Amino acid sequence: MAFLSQGSAVPPLPGRVPAPFPNPPAIMSSIISVANLSKTYGSGFKALKNVNLDIKRGEIFALLGPNGAGKTTLISIICGIANPSEGKVLVGGENIQTSYRKARSLIGLVPQELHTDAFESVWATVSFSRGLFGKPKNPAHIEKVLKDLSLWDKKDNKIITLSGGMKRRVMIAKALSHEPQILFLDEPTAGVDVELRKGMWEVVRTLQQSGVTIILTTHYIEEAEEMADRIGVINKGEIVLVEDKATLMQKLGKKRLTLHLQGKLSTLPESLSPYKLDLCDSGATLIYDYDTKGERTGITSLLGDLRTAGIRFNDLDTTQSSLEDIFVDLVRAS
Amino acid sequence: MNYRAVRAIYLFEMARTWRTLLQSIVSPVVSTSLYFVVFGAAIGSRISQVEGVSYGTFIVPGLIMLSVLTQSIANASFGIYFPKFVGTIYEILSAPISYFEIVLGYVGAAATKSIILGLIILATAGLFVPLHIHHPVWMLVFLVLTAVTFSLFGFIIGIWADGFEKLQMIPMLVVTPLTFLGGSFYSVDMLPPAWRTVALLNPVVYLISGFRWSFYEIADVSLSVSVGMTLAFLVICLVVISWIFRTGYRLKN
Repeated sequence: MAFLSQGSAVPPLPGRVPAPFPNPPAIMSSIISVANLSKTYGSGFKALKNVNLDIKRGEIFALLGPNGAGKTTLISIICGIANPSEGKVLVGGENIQTSYRKARSLIGLVPQELHTDAFESVWATVSFSRGLFGKPKNPAHIEKVLKDLSLWDKKDNKIITLSGGMKRRVMIAKALSHEPQILFLDEPTAGVDVELRKGMWEVVRTLQQSGVTIILTTHYIEEAEEMADRIGVINKGEIVLVEDKATLMQKLGKKRLTLHLQGKLSTLPESLSPYKLDLCDSGATLIYDYDTKGERTGITSLLGDLRTAGIRFNDLDTTQSSLEDIFVDLVRAS
Repeated sequence: MNYRAVRAIYLFEMARTWRTLLQSIVSPVVSTSLYFVVFGAAIGSRISQVEGVSYGTFIVPGLIMLSVLTQSIANASFGIYFPKFVGTIYEILSAPISYFEIVLGYVGAAATKSIILGLIILATAGLFVPLHIHHPVWMLVFLVLTAVTFSLFGFIIGIWADGFEKLQMIPMLVVTPLTFLGGSFYSVDMLPPAWRTVALLNPVVYLISGFRWSFYEIADVSLSVSVGMTLAFLVICLVVISWIFRTGYRLKN
Protein backbone atom coordinates (compact mmCIF):
# COMPACT_ATOMS: atom_id res chain seq x y z
CA MET A 1 0.00 0.00 0.00
CA ALA A 2 1.99 2.90 -1.28
CA PHE A 3 -0.17 5.51 0.37
CA LEU A 4 0.83 4.23 3.73
CA SER A 5 4.49 4.87 3.24
CA GLN A 6 4.40 8.51 4.21
CA GLY A 7 3.34 7.64 7.73
CA SER A 8 6.64 5.95 8.44
CA ALA A 9 8.60 9.15 8.67
CA VAL A 10 7.45 11.65 11.24
CA PRO A 11 8.09 15.17 9.98
CA PRO A 12 9.14 17.75 12.54
CA LEU A 13 6.25 19.96 13.54
CA PRO A 14 6.47 23.60 12.48
CA GLY A 15 8.39 25.71 14.93
CA ARG A 16 10.31 22.81 16.32
CA VAL A 17 14.01 22.24 15.97
CA PRO A 18 14.60 19.00 14.05
CA ALA A 19 16.14 16.25 16.14
CA PRO A 20 19.86 15.68 15.58
CA PHE A 21 19.47 11.97 15.00
CA PRO A 22 16.92 10.06 12.93
CA ASN A 23 15.22 8.14 15.73
CA PRO A 24 15.25 10.36 18.79
CA PRO A 25 13.85 9.03 22.06
CA ALA A 26 10.78 11.29 21.66
CA ILE A 27 9.68 9.24 18.66
CA MET A 28 9.63 6.13 20.79
CA SER A 29 7.53 7.86 23.45
CA SER A 30 3.81 8.44 23.65
CA ILE A 31 2.07 9.90 20.64
CA ILE A 32 -1.06 10.46 22.70
CA SER A 33 -0.99 11.33 26.36
CA VAL A 34 -4.21 11.61 28.34
CA ALA A 35 -3.92 13.01 31.85
CA ASN A 36 -6.63 13.21 34.51
CA LEU A 37 -9.35 13.42 31.88
CA SER A 38 -12.94 13.66 33.07
CA LYS A 39 -16.17 14.29 31.23
CA THR A 40 -19.48 15.06 32.87
CA TYR A 41 -22.44 15.62 30.56
CA GLY A 42 -25.10 18.25 31.15
CA SER A 43 -27.39 15.56 32.53
CA GLY A 44 -24.84 14.93 35.29
CA PHE A 45 -23.73 11.61 33.83
CA LYS A 46 -20.00 11.07 34.35
CA ALA A 47 -18.79 9.43 31.16
CA LEU A 48 -15.09 9.59 32.05
CA LYS A 49 -13.55 9.67 35.51
CA ASN A 50 -9.96 10.81 35.84
CA VAL A 51 -8.66 8.82 32.87
CA ASN A 52 -4.90 8.52 32.40
CA LEU A 53 -3.64 6.81 29.27
CA ASP A 54 -0.59 6.84 27.01
CA ILE A 55 -0.60 5.51 23.48
CA LYS A 56 2.81 4.56 22.08
CA ARG A 57 3.85 5.70 18.66
CA GLY A 58 3.38 3.01 16.02
CA GLU A 59 1.35 0.56 18.08
CA ILE A 60 -2.10 -0.91 17.63
CA PHE A 61 -3.97 -0.19 20.82
CA ALA A 62 -7.31 -1.86 21.41
CA LEU A 63 -9.69 -0.18 23.80
CA LEU A 64 -12.21 -2.64 25.11
CA GLY A 65 -15.24 -2.00 27.20
CA PRO A 66 -18.94 -2.74 27.42
CA ASN A 67 -21.56 -0.42 25.95
CA GLY A 68 -21.57 2.95 27.68
CA ALA A 69 -18.13 2.41 29.19
CA GLY A 70 -16.78 5.70 27.80
CA LYS A 71 -14.83 4.49 24.76
CA THR A 72 -16.47 6.80 22.23
CA THR A 73 -16.46 9.75 24.65
CA LEU A 74 -12.73 9.33 25.13
CA ILE A 75 -12.12 9.23 21.38
CA SER A 76 -14.46 12.17 20.80
CA ILE A 77 -12.53 14.34 23.25
CA ILE A 78 -9.15 13.44 21.80
CA CYS A 79 -10.40 14.21 18.28
CA GLY A 80 -12.07 17.51 19.22
CA ILE A 81 -15.70 16.46 18.87
CA ALA A 82 -16.50 16.83 22.57
CA ASN A 83 -15.15 19.19 25.18
CA PRO A 84 -13.50 17.70 28.25
CA SER A 85 -14.72 18.74 31.69
CA GLU A 86 -11.26 18.38 33.23
CA GLY A 87 -7.83 17.12 32.31
CA LYS A 88 -5.34 17.46 29.51
CA VAL A 89 -4.71 15.61 26.25
CA LEU A 90 -1.52 15.88 24.20
CA VAL A 91 -1.38 14.56 20.65
CA GLY A 92 2.11 14.47 19.16
CA GLY A 93 3.11 16.70 22.07
CA GLU A 94 0.49 19.31 21.16
CA ASN A 95 -2.35 20.27 23.47
CA ILE A 96 -5.67 19.45 21.80
CA GLN A 97 -7.23 22.67 23.03
CA THR A 98 -4.52 25.31 22.84
CA SER A 99 -2.76 23.85 19.79
CA TYR A 100 -5.72 22.15 18.15
CA ARG A 101 -4.64 22.71 14.56
CA LYS A 102 -1.37 20.81 14.95
CA ALA A 103 -2.95 18.14 17.14
CA ARG A 104 -5.94 17.44 14.90
CA SER A 105 -3.92 17.42 11.69
CA LEU A 106 -2.18 14.28 12.98
CA ILE A 107 -5.44 12.39 13.49
CA GLY A 108 -7.77 10.48 11.20
CA LEU A 109 -11.07 9.36 12.68
CA VAL A 110 -13.43 6.62 11.57
CA PRO A 111 -16.47 6.95 13.80
CA GLN A 112 -18.69 4.11 14.87
CA GLU A 113 -21.78 5.18 12.93
CA LEU A 114 -21.83 5.33 9.14
CA HIS A 115 -22.06 9.10 8.79
CA THR A 116 -21.81 9.88 5.09
CA ASP A 117 -22.94 12.49 2.60
CA ALA A 118 -25.38 10.23 0.82
CA PHE A 119 -25.60 12.24 -2.40
CA GLU A 120 -21.89 12.89 -2.86
CA SER A 121 -19.65 10.71 -4.99
CA VAL A 122 -16.92 8.67 -3.31
CA TRP A 123 -14.20 10.75 -4.97
CA ALA A 124 -15.81 14.06 -3.98
CA THR A 125 -16.32 13.14 -0.35
CA VAL A 126 -12.78 11.81 0.11
CA SER A 127 -11.32 14.90 -1.60
CA PHE A 128 -13.50 17.09 0.62
CA SER A 129 -12.00 15.46 3.72
CA ARG A 130 -8.47 16.18 2.49
CA GLY A 131 -9.40 19.82 1.91
CA LEU A 132 -10.87 20.12 5.41
CA PHE A 133 -7.49 19.19 6.84
CA GLY A 134 -5.83 21.94 4.84
CA LYS A 135 -3.91 19.63 2.52
CA PRO A 136 -3.31 20.59 -1.11
CA LYS A 137 -5.03 18.53 -3.79
CA ASN A 138 -3.32 15.22 -4.45
CA PRO A 139 -5.34 13.08 -6.85
CA ALA A 140 -2.61 10.43 -6.91
CA HIS A 141 -2.88 9.94 -3.15
CA ILE A 142 -6.67 9.77 -3.23
CA GLU A 143 -6.45 7.26 -6.07
CA LYS A 144 -4.09 5.05 -4.08
CA VAL A 145 -6.26 5.21 -0.98
CA LEU A 146 -9.33 4.22 -2.98
CA LYS A 147 -7.49 1.44 -4.80
CA ASP A 148 -6.06 0.05 -1.58
CA LEU A 149 -9.52 -0.03 -0.07
CA SER A 150 -11.00 -1.63 -3.22
CA LEU A 151 -13.13 1.45 -3.89
CA TRP A 152 -11.53 2.65 -7.11
CA ASP A 153 -14.24 1.26 -9.40
CA LYS A 154 -16.85 3.00 -7.20
CA LYS A 155 -15.17 6.41 -7.20
CA ASP A 156 -17.92 8.07 -9.24
CA ASN A 157 -20.79 6.32 -7.47
CA LYS A 158 -22.97 8.22 -5.07
CA ILE A 159 -22.47 6.97 -1.53
CA ILE A 160 -26.16 6.20 -1.14
CA THR A 161 -25.76 3.43 -3.73
CA LEU A 162 -23.00 1.62 -1.81
CA SER A 163 -23.34 -1.34 0.53
CA GLY A 164 -22.72 -0.98 4.26
CA GLY A 165 -19.27 -2.51 3.98
CA MET A 166 -18.31 -0.15 1.19
CA LYS A 167 -19.58 2.84 3.15
CA ARG A 168 -17.38 1.73 6.04
CA ARG A 169 -14.40 1.67 3.68
CA VAL A 170 -15.33 5.11 2.35
CA MET A 171 -15.13 6.38 5.90
CA ILE A 172 -11.69 4.85 6.30
CA ALA A 173 -10.65 6.45 2.99
CA LYS A 174 -11.87 9.84 4.26
CA ALA A 175 -9.88 9.39 7.46
CA LEU A 176 -6.75 8.49 5.48
CA SER A 177 -7.17 11.23 2.88
CA HIS A 178 -4.94 13.69 4.74
CA GLU A 179 -2.19 11.17 5.54
CA PRO A 180 -2.66 11.04 9.32
CA GLN A 181 -0.10 9.64 11.74
CA ILE A 182 -2.80 8.42 14.09
CA LEU A 183 -5.92 6.55 13.07
CA PHE A 184 -8.89 6.09 15.38
CA LEU A 185 -11.16 3.23 14.42
CA ASP A 186 -14.30 3.22 16.54
CA GLU A 187 -15.87 -0.19 16.10
CA PRO A 188 -14.49 -0.55 12.56
CA THR A 189 -15.99 -3.92 11.82
CA ALA A 190 -19.37 -3.54 13.51
CA GLY A 191 -21.98 -5.09 11.27
CA VAL A 192 -19.64 -6.23 8.52
CA ASP A 193 -19.30 -9.80 7.33
CA VAL A 194 -16.41 -12.08 8.25
CA GLU A 195 -14.61 -11.73 4.92
CA LEU A 196 -14.72 -7.94 4.99
CA ARG A 197 -13.67 -7.93 8.63
CA LYS A 198 -10.56 -9.91 7.82
CA GLY A 199 -9.90 -7.57 4.90
CA MET A 200 -10.07 -4.63 7.30
CA TRP A 201 -7.63 -6.33 9.65
CA GLU A 202 -5.25 -6.63 6.73
CA VAL A 203 -5.63 -2.91 5.98
CA VAL A 204 -4.97 -2.04 9.61
CA ARG A 205 -1.86 -4.22 9.76
CA THR A 206 -0.48 -2.64 6.62
CA LEU A 207 -1.15 0.81 8.03
CA GLN A 208 0.73 -0.08 11.17
CA GLN A 209 3.67 -1.34 9.15
CA SER A 210 3.84 2.07 7.50
CA GLY A 211 4.16 3.73 10.90
CA VAL A 212 0.59 4.80 11.58
CA THR A 213 -0.50 4.48 15.20
CA ILE A 214 -3.88 2.82 15.44
CA ILE A 215 -6.37 3.00 18.25
CA LEU A 216 -9.38 0.80 17.83
CA THR A 217 -12.38 0.11 19.93
CA THR A 218 -14.20 -3.09 19.38
CA HIS A 219 -16.79 -5.41 20.75
CA TYR A 220 -15.13 -8.31 18.97
CA ILE A 221 -12.59 -9.58 21.45
CA GLU A 222 -11.29 -11.81 18.71
CA GLU A 223 -10.40 -8.66 16.79
CA ALA A 224 -8.33 -7.23 19.63
CA GLU A 225 -6.73 -10.60 20.26
CA GLU A 226 -5.82 -10.87 16.59
CA MET A 227 -4.47 -7.38 16.04
CA ALA A 228 -3.60 -5.39 19.12
CA ASP A 229 -0.15 -4.85 20.59
CA ARG A 230 -1.63 -3.49 23.78
CA ILE A 231 -5.05 -3.73 25.35
CA GLY A 232 -6.84 -1.16 27.47
CA VAL A 233 -10.02 -1.99 29.30
CA ILE A 234 -12.41 0.76 30.24
CA ASN A 235 -15.51 0.33 32.35
CA LYS A 236 -17.89 2.89 33.81
CA GLY A 237 -15.62 5.70 32.66
CA GLU A 238 -12.49 4.37 34.32
CA ILE A 239 -9.46 2.67 32.82
CA VAL A 240 -9.41 -0.70 34.50
CA LEU A 241 -6.23 -2.02 32.93
CA VAL A 242 -3.64 -1.30 30.26
CA GLU A 243 -1.29 -4.09 29.35
CA ASP A 244 0.66 -5.66 26.52
CA LYS A 245 -1.61 -8.24 24.99
CA ALA A 246 0.90 -11.06 25.39
CA THR A 247 1.59 -10.12 29.02
CA LEU A 248 -2.10 -9.83 29.71
CA MET A 249 -2.77 -13.23 28.29
CA GLN A 250 0.09 -14.64 30.27
CA LYS A 251 -0.75 -12.81 33.47
CA LEU A 252 -4.44 -13.37 33.56
CA GLY A 253 -4.81 -16.33 31.24
CA LYS A 254 -5.89 -19.68 32.57
CA LYS A 255 -5.55 -23.05 30.97
CA ARG A 256 -8.01 -25.86 31.04
CA LEU A 257 -7.19 -29.55 30.95
CA THR A 258 -10.01 -31.75 29.70
CA LEU A 259 -9.86 -35.49 30.29
CA HIS A 260 -12.21 -37.79 28.36
CA LEU A 261 -12.78 -40.77 30.65
CA GLN A 262 -12.97 -44.42 29.60
CA GLY A 263 -15.95 -45.00 31.84
CA LYS A 264 -18.53 -42.66 33.33
CA LEU A 265 -18.24 -41.61 36.97
CA SER A 266 -21.13 -40.74 39.25
CA THR A 267 -18.96 -39.11 41.94
CA LEU A 268 -15.31 -38.20 42.38
CA PRO A 269 -13.14 -39.88 45.00
CA GLU A 270 -12.33 -37.79 48.06
CA SER A 271 -8.61 -37.94 47.20
CA LEU A 272 -9.24 -35.70 44.15
CA SER A 273 -11.12 -32.94 45.97
CA PRO A 274 -8.05 -30.61 46.29
CA TYR A 275 -8.00 -30.28 42.48
CA LYS A 276 -11.54 -28.80 42.34
CA LEU A 277 -12.41 -30.88 39.32
CA ASP A 278 -15.64 -30.54 37.36
CA LEU A 279 -17.39 -33.69 36.27
CA CYS A 280 -19.22 -33.02 33.02
CA ASP A 281 -21.04 -34.81 30.20
CA SER A 282 -22.91 -37.10 32.60
CA GLY A 283 -19.66 -38.16 34.20
CA ALA A 284 -17.73 -38.79 30.99
CA THR A 285 -15.44 -35.75 31.15
CA LEU A 286 -13.23 -34.29 33.84
CA ILE A 287 -12.20 -30.62 33.69
CA TYR A 288 -9.25 -29.15 35.55
CA ASP A 289 -8.53 -25.40 35.45
CA TYR A 290 -5.01 -24.31 36.30
CA ASP A 291 -3.08 -21.10 36.47
CA THR A 292 -0.25 -20.57 33.98
CA LYS A 293 1.41 -18.10 36.36
CA GLY A 294 2.07 -20.71 39.01
CA GLU A 295 5.34 -22.58 39.16
CA ARG A 296 3.43 -25.81 39.53
CA THR A 297 0.40 -26.49 37.47
CA GLY A 298 -0.58 -29.59 39.47
CA ILE A 299 -1.01 -31.67 36.33
CA THR A 300 1.61 -34.27 37.18
CA SER A 301 0.21 -34.95 40.62
CA LEU A 302 -3.35 -34.95 39.27
CA LEU A 303 -2.50 -37.61 36.71
CA GLY A 304 -0.75 -39.65 39.42
CA ASP A 305 -3.74 -39.40 41.77
CA LEU A 306 -6.09 -40.38 38.95
CA ARG A 307 -4.05 -43.50 38.30
CA THR A 308 -4.03 -44.31 42.01
CA ALA A 309 -7.80 -43.87 42.12
CA GLY A 310 -8.13 -46.21 39.13
CA ILE A 311 -9.59 -43.59 36.83
CA ARG A 312 -8.51 -44.06 33.24
CA PHE A 313 -9.01 -41.78 30.25
CA ASN A 314 -9.00 -42.13 26.48
CA ASP A 315 -7.85 -38.68 25.53
CA LEU A 316 -6.94 -35.27 26.89
CA ASP A 317 -6.63 -31.76 25.59
CA THR A 318 -5.71 -28.32 26.92
CA THR A 319 -7.11 -24.93 25.97
CA GLN A 320 -5.95 -21.37 26.75
CA SER A 321 -8.55 -18.95 28.08
CA SER A 322 -9.36 -16.30 25.50
CA LEU A 323 -9.09 -12.56 25.79
CA GLU A 324 -12.86 -12.57 25.96
CA ASP A 325 -12.77 -14.61 29.16
CA ILE A 326 -10.18 -12.20 30.58
CA PHE A 327 -12.25 -9.20 29.54
CA VAL A 328 -15.42 -10.55 31.13
CA ASP A 329 -13.55 -11.31 34.36
CA LEU A 330 -12.05 -7.81 34.45
CA VAL A 331 -15.33 -6.04 33.81
CA ARG A 332 -17.08 -8.12 36.45
CA ALA A 333 -14.32 -7.45 38.94
CA SER A 334 -14.44 -3.69 38.31
CA MET B 1 -5.84 30.47 8.41
CA ASN B 2 -6.90 27.16 6.86
CA TYR B 3 -7.94 28.55 3.47
CA ARG B 4 -8.23 25.11 1.94
CA ALA B 5 -10.77 24.06 4.55
CA VAL B 6 -12.83 27.21 4.00
CA ARG B 7 -12.68 26.56 0.25
CA ALA B 8 -13.66 22.91 0.75
CA ILE B 9 -16.74 23.82 2.81
CA TYR B 10 -17.66 26.66 0.46
CA LEU B 11 -17.41 24.52 -2.68
CA PHE B 12 -19.21 21.63 -0.99
CA GLU B 13 -22.13 23.89 -0.14
CA MET B 14 -22.17 25.51 -3.56
CA ALA B 15 -22.14 22.06 -5.17
CA ARG B 16 -25.32 21.29 -3.23
CA THR B 17 -26.94 24.32 -4.84
CA TRP B 18 -26.17 23.09 -8.34
CA ARG B 19 -27.38 19.60 -7.43
CA THR B 20 -30.66 21.06 -6.21
CA LEU B 21 -30.98 23.76 -8.84
CA LEU B 22 -34.78 23.55 -9.07
CA GLN B 23 -35.21 23.97 -5.33
CA SER B 24 -32.42 26.50 -4.84
CA ILE B 25 -32.79 28.89 -7.75
CA VAL B 26 -35.68 28.08 -10.05
CA SER B 27 -38.33 27.77 -7.36
CA PRO B 28 -37.73 31.22 -5.76
CA VAL B 29 -37.52 32.84 -9.20
CA VAL B 30 -40.84 31.30 -10.26
CA SER B 31 -42.60 32.31 -7.05
CA THR B 32 -41.23 35.88 -7.29
CA SER B 33 -42.37 36.10 -10.90
CA LEU B 34 -45.84 35.14 -9.73
CA TYR B 35 -45.73 38.02 -7.23
CA PHE B 36 -44.97 40.38 -10.12
CA VAL B 37 -47.84 38.98 -12.15
CA VAL B 38 -50.35 39.15 -9.29
CA PHE B 39 -49.27 42.29 -7.41
CA GLY B 40 -47.51 44.14 -10.18
CA ALA B 41 -49.63 43.50 -13.25
CA ALA B 42 -53.06 42.38 -11.99
CA ILE B 43 -53.58 44.34 -8.76
CA GLY B 44 -50.85 46.92 -9.33
CA SER B 45 -52.46 48.15 -12.55
CA ARG B 46 -55.38 49.42 -10.44
CA ILE B 47 -53.17 51.15 -7.86
CA SER B 48 -51.96 54.65 -8.52
CA GLN B 49 -48.29 55.49 -8.16
CA VAL B 50 -46.58 55.10 -4.77
CA GLU B 51 -44.10 57.83 -3.88
CA GLY B 52 -43.83 58.74 -7.53
CA VAL B 53 -43.18 55.27 -9.01
CA SER B 54 -45.57 52.70 -10.38
CA TYR B 55 -46.70 50.06 -7.91
CA GLY B 56 -45.09 47.23 -9.90
CA THR B 57 -41.76 49.04 -9.84
CA PHE B 58 -42.17 50.03 -6.19
CA ILE B 59 -42.40 46.43 -4.94
CA VAL B 60 -39.25 45.20 -6.74
CA PRO B 61 -36.77 45.93 -3.88
CA GLY B 62 -39.17 44.45 -1.32
CA LEU B 63 -39.64 41.28 -3.34
CA ILE B 64 -35.89 40.86 -3.79
CA MET B 65 -35.41 41.37 -0.05
CA LEU B 66 -38.17 38.87 0.70
CA SER B 67 -36.32 36.20 -1.28
CA VAL B 68 -32.85 37.14 -0.07
CA LEU B 69 -33.94 37.07 3.58
CA THR B 70 -35.76 33.78 3.41
CA GLN B 71 -33.20 32.06 1.20
CA SER B 72 -30.25 33.25 3.28
CA ILE B 73 -31.82 31.77 6.37
CA ALA B 74 -32.90 28.59 4.59
CA ASN B 75 -29.51 28.01 2.94
CA ALA B 76 -27.39 28.64 6.01
CA SER B 77 -29.65 26.86 8.49
CA PHE B 78 -29.93 23.76 6.31
CA GLY B 79 -26.21 23.88 5.49
CA ILE B 80 -25.16 23.41 9.12
CA TYR B 81 -28.23 21.50 10.31
CA PHE B 82 -27.90 18.70 7.75
CA PRO B 83 -24.40 17.60 8.84
CA LYS B 84 -25.71 17.61 12.41
CA PHE B 85 -28.72 15.54 11.35
CA VAL B 86 -26.78 12.91 9.37
CA GLY B 87 -23.78 12.95 11.71
CA THR B 88 -21.14 14.18 9.25
CA ILE B 89 -20.55 17.17 11.54
CA TYR B 90 -17.95 14.96 13.26
CA GLU B 91 -15.61 15.63 10.38
CA ILE B 92 -15.93 19.41 10.64
CA LEU B 93 -15.42 19.35 14.41
CA SER B 94 -12.39 17.05 14.25
CA ALA B 95 -10.65 18.97 11.44
CA PRO B 96 -7.98 21.60 12.14
CA ILE B 97 -10.37 24.47 11.46
CA SER B 98 -11.17 27.49 13.58
CA TYR B 99 -14.73 28.50 14.34
CA PHE B 100 -14.28 31.57 12.20
CA GLU B 101 -13.27 29.43 9.23
CA ILE B 102 -16.28 27.14 9.67
CA VAL B 103 -18.62 30.15 9.70
CA LEU B 104 -16.81 31.68 6.75
CA GLY B 105 -17.32 28.53 4.68
CA TYR B 106 -20.98 27.94 5.48
CA VAL B 107 -22.16 31.54 5.71
CA GLY B 108 -20.08 32.56 2.71
CA ALA B 109 -21.73 29.90 0.56
CA ALA B 110 -25.23 30.67 1.84
CA ALA B 111 -24.76 34.41 1.26
CA THR B 112 -23.33 33.80 -2.22
CA LYS B 113 -26.37 31.76 -3.19
CA SER B 114 -28.72 34.44 -1.88
CA ILE B 115 -26.89 37.21 -3.70
CA ILE B 116 -26.97 35.24 -6.97
CA LEU B 117 -30.67 34.64 -6.40
CA GLY B 118 -31.29 38.32 -5.63
CA LEU B 119 -29.56 39.35 -8.84
CA ILE B 120 -31.51 36.77 -10.86
CA ILE B 121 -34.77 38.10 -9.40
CA LEU B 122 -33.66 41.63 -10.21
CA ALA B 123 -33.06 40.58 -13.81
CA THR B 124 -36.41 38.80 -13.86
CA ALA B 125 -38.13 41.95 -12.54
CA GLY B 126 -36.63 43.87 -15.44
CA LEU B 127 -38.71 41.71 -17.74
CA PHE B 128 -41.96 42.82 -16.04
CA VAL B 129 -41.41 46.45 -15.04
CA PRO B 130 -39.11 49.33 -16.06
CA LEU B 131 -36.20 49.56 -13.62
CA HIS B 132 -33.65 52.23 -12.87
CA ILE B 133 -31.19 51.87 -10.01
CA HIS B 134 -30.05 55.28 -8.71
CA HIS B 135 -27.31 53.97 -6.41
CA PRO B 136 -26.07 50.60 -7.72
CA VAL B 137 -23.15 50.47 -5.28
CA TRP B 138 -25.43 51.04 -2.29
CA MET B 139 -27.82 48.48 -3.75
CA LEU B 140 -25.01 45.90 -3.77
CA VAL B 141 -23.91 46.95 -0.27
CA PHE B 142 -27.41 46.38 1.09
CA LEU B 143 -27.77 43.13 -0.83
CA VAL B 144 -24.47 41.74 0.48
CA LEU B 145 -24.99 43.03 4.03
CA THR B 146 -28.48 41.55 4.21
CA ALA B 147 -27.41 38.24 2.69
CA VAL B 148 -24.48 37.90 5.11
CA THR B 149 -26.45 39.02 8.17
CA PHE B 150 -29.38 36.71 7.56
CA SER B 151 -27.09 33.83 6.61
CA LEU B 152 -25.48 34.29 10.03
CA PHE B 153 -28.95 34.28 11.54
CA GLY B 154 -29.77 31.12 9.59
CA PHE B 155 -26.54 29.52 10.83
CA ILE B 156 -27.67 30.18 14.40
CA ILE B 157 -31.07 28.63 13.68
CA GLY B 158 -29.36 25.59 12.14
CA ILE B 159 -27.24 25.08 15.25
CA TRP B 160 -30.19 25.65 17.58
CA ALA B 161 -32.63 23.39 15.75
CA ASP B 162 -32.78 19.79 16.90
CA GLY B 163 -35.47 18.80 14.44
CA PHE B 164 -36.87 19.82 11.06
CA GLU B 165 -39.85 21.47 12.74
CA LYS B 166 -37.63 23.91 14.60
CA LEU B 167 -35.64 24.48 11.45
CA GLN B 168 -38.78 25.74 9.73
CA MET B 169 -40.38 27.43 12.73
CA ILE B 170 -38.41 30.71 12.87
CA PRO B 171 -38.37 31.33 9.11
CA MET B 172 -42.09 30.59 8.74
CA LEU B 173 -43.50 32.05 11.92
CA VAL B 174 -41.19 35.02 12.44
CA VAL B 175 -39.17 36.00 9.39
CA THR B 176 -41.81 35.71 6.66
CA PRO B 177 -44.46 37.71 8.61
CA LEU B 178 -41.87 40.35 9.51
CA THR B 179 -40.86 40.63 5.86
CA PHE B 180 -44.45 40.96 4.64
CA LEU B 181 -45.12 43.54 7.35
CA GLY B 182 -41.78 45.23 6.77
CA GLY B 183 -42.89 47.27 3.77
CA SER B 184 -42.26 44.78 0.94
CA PHE B 185 -45.55 45.74 -0.71
CA TYR B 186 -46.17 49.21 0.72
CA SER B 187 -44.51 52.27 2.16
CA VAL B 188 -44.58 52.45 5.94
CA ASP B 189 -45.73 56.06 5.50
CA MET B 190 -48.99 54.67 4.11
CA LEU B 191 -49.83 53.25 7.55
CA PRO B 192 -51.79 55.18 10.21
CA PRO B 193 -49.40 56.93 12.69
CA ALA B 194 -49.90 54.37 15.48
CA TRP B 195 -49.21 51.42 13.21
CA ARG B 196 -46.25 53.26 11.71
CA THR B 197 -44.68 53.40 15.18
CA VAL B 198 -45.31 49.66 15.61
CA ALA B 199 -43.85 48.96 12.16
CA LEU B 200 -40.63 50.73 13.08
CA LEU B 201 -40.05 48.02 15.70
CA ASN B 202 -39.69 45.58 12.82
CA PRO B 203 -35.99 45.34 11.83
CA VAL B 204 -36.88 44.29 8.30
CA VAL B 205 -38.38 47.74 7.68
CA TYR B 206 -34.88 49.23 7.83
CA LEU B 207 -33.45 46.71 5.38
CA ILE B 208 -36.18 47.19 2.81
CA SER B 209 -36.18 50.94 3.28
CA GLY B 210 -32.45 51.21 2.67
CA PHE B 211 -32.58 48.82 -0.26
CA ARG B 212 -35.50 50.71 -1.83
CA TRP B 213 -33.65 53.99 -1.35
CA SER B 214 -30.75 52.63 -3.42
CA PHE B 215 -33.24 52.02 -6.26
CA TYR B 216 -35.55 55.06 -6.20
CA GLU B 217 -34.21 57.38 -3.47
CA ILE B 218 -37.44 56.70 -1.61
CA ALA B 219 -37.02 55.72 2.05
CA ASP B 220 -39.18 55.25 5.13
CA VAL B 221 -36.20 55.95 7.39
CA SER B 222 -32.86 57.64 6.77
CA LEU B 223 -30.06 55.76 5.04
CA SER B 224 -27.77 55.94 8.08
CA VAL B 225 -30.45 54.41 10.31
CA SER B 226 -30.96 51.60 7.77
CA VAL B 227 -27.25 50.84 7.59
CA GLY B 228 -26.88 51.16 11.37
CA MET B 229 -29.73 48.75 12.10
CA THR B 230 -28.43 46.20 9.59
CA LEU B 231 -24.94 46.38 11.09
CA ALA B 232 -26.38 46.12 14.60
CA PHE B 233 -28.18 42.89 13.68
CA LEU B 234 -24.99 41.62 12.04
CA VAL B 235 -23.03 42.24 15.25
CA ILE B 236 -25.69 40.55 17.38
CA CYS B 237 -25.52 37.46 15.15
CA LEU B 238 -21.71 37.39 15.38
CA VAL B 239 -21.83 37.64 19.16
CA VAL B 240 -24.31 34.76 19.38
CA ILE B 241 -22.23 32.58 17.04
CA SER B 242 -19.12 33.35 19.02
CA TRP B 243 -20.91 32.22 22.18
CA ILE B 244 -22.13 29.04 20.44
CA PHE B 245 -18.62 27.99 19.51
CA ARG B 246 -17.11 29.05 22.81
CA THR B 247 -19.53 26.90 24.76
CA GLY B 248 -20.00 24.13 22.20
CA TYR B 249 -23.77 24.70 22.42
CA ARG B 250 -25.62 21.95 20.52
CA LEU B 251 -22.35 20.99 18.84
CA LYS B 252 -19.87 19.58 21.30
CA ASN B 253 -21.89 18.44 24.29
